[in-house]
Amino acid sequence: MSETTYAIRLRVNGVAYDLDVPARRLLSDALRHDLGLTGTHVGCEHGVCGACTVLLDGEPARSCLTLAVSVDGQEVTTVEGLTGSDGELGPVQQAFKDCHGLQCGFCTPGFLTTITAGLRDNPDPTRDDAREMVAGNLCRCTGYQNIVAAVLRAAELTRSTSPGDGAL
Amino acid sequence: MKPAPFEYVRPRTVEETVAALGEAADAKLLAGGQSLIPLLSMRLAAPATLVDLNGVEELAYVRTDDDGVRIGALARHAQVERDDAAAARQPLLRQALALVAHPTIRNRGTTVGSIAHADPAAELPAVLTVLGGTVTARSASGTRQIGAADFFVGPLECALRPDELVTEIRVPARGPTSGTAIREVSRRHGDYALVGVVAVVDVDGDGGEATAARAGYFSVADTPVVLDLTDTVDPGPAWDRASEHAMAALDPVGDIHASADYRRHLVGVLTRRTLASAHDAAKLSATIGAGGRMAADNSGEAGS
Repeated sequence: MSETTYAIRLRVNGVAYDLDVPARRLLSDALRHDLGLTGTHVGCEHGVCGACTVLLDGEPARSCLTLAVSVDGQEVTTVEGLTGSDGELGPVQQAFKDCHGLQCGFCTPGFLTTITAGLRDNPDPTRDDAREMVAGNLCRCTGYQNIVAAVLRAAELTRSTSPGDGAL
Repeated sequence: MKPAPFEYVRPRTVEETVAALGEAADAKLLAGGQSLIPLLSMRLAAPATLVDLNGVEELAYVRTDDDGVRIGALARHAQVERDDAAAARQPLLRQALALVAHPTIRNRGTTVGSIAHADPAAELPAVLTVLGGTVTARSASGTRQIGAADFFVGPLECALRPDELVTEIRVPARGPTSGTAIREVSRRHGDYALVGVVAVVDVDGDGGEATAARAGYFSVADTPVVLDLTDTVDPGPAWDRASEHAMAALDPVGDIHASADYRRHLVGVLTRRTLASAHDAAKLSATIGAGGRMAADNSGEAGS
């Protein structure tokens, strides 16, 4: 039995993709399976862990709690879109590297997208703000100390780079 | 794929939405999807038809007038939370929304969706009930208003008929001499509350003595429960009578998250603290008067 598919267009990291997807295709699966963008990780697949977080029209959203067909025409930024055009790490990525903000790295894509948007809204976070910024993302390795440090470091790096350079 | 197959309908207007709901058997409405999509993915829900509200842009509104705040079915939590006019007219909205999951969830989840989902552990059903708000339900055959007290029927169960769409909720304005507060205890920040309390306290014109008090409880029973605690207002220390009354009046159940005894204990503690915060907020608003509305917004304390 063939399932009805829907023609949608997603603009992912600045590139337009035309897709035919069943209505039940999750955005996380559309990114990973249909587009091969496996940087977006799926952990719990019910919205708790935050690993699948992408930016939807610039705002963090759980791609596992979003139907691809429902966001037809919208702009998606995944972790692959956080690097500079020359492949250089973006400021949040660089800060995670500098501060040892990851161990196994599974949760990291969700942290990077969430923090990228968080620093755009609050470029000069306190330590408490940094904790609040990542409160919806789970990491089972680091104990969060180095992730909080990386948020503060990323804020420094973002302030010292010219606007639009690498970050959103 | 995780969800079971379903027919998909993407209306553009309210008329198209109610027509789709009227025609389809076993349809579910998708708004923010932050509760529905997990249910679909776990196949706890497998509707024949999914009616996607995300294209109905006419419902993505937050409107404020003298009566209060009207929130359309496609307004995201984050949009309501950011709305300064709404926070000025009814501070409890912003106070409560800050405790709904995490910002990422609030970017997509809708306030009206939280109401229609009728989770007894959620903040917003208790907010709407304690404030005496209403739900506007529309179907192909007409529109009706349902008071919050009649809307919540059981856990994840509301008075909505299968062919009805909640187009908006109406949240009454804060009175000039009243204050609000919300407090909850959860295992982790952003989790559903083990017990939560929302409170509204009115003070006399001189801005001191409490003249009326109401508290709404979530995660305590199958639906939000509101207690009128006005009779327990006395000059005694720190809302002790209200706290004792609430502990006697409510009958929380135990589950894997917390025992019934612990929940009852939390009812007592949170009743006292939430009423005290709402009382402080009311005193401040009464002192500042109507001109100081913006300043008073931030006075009610949120969090636990």
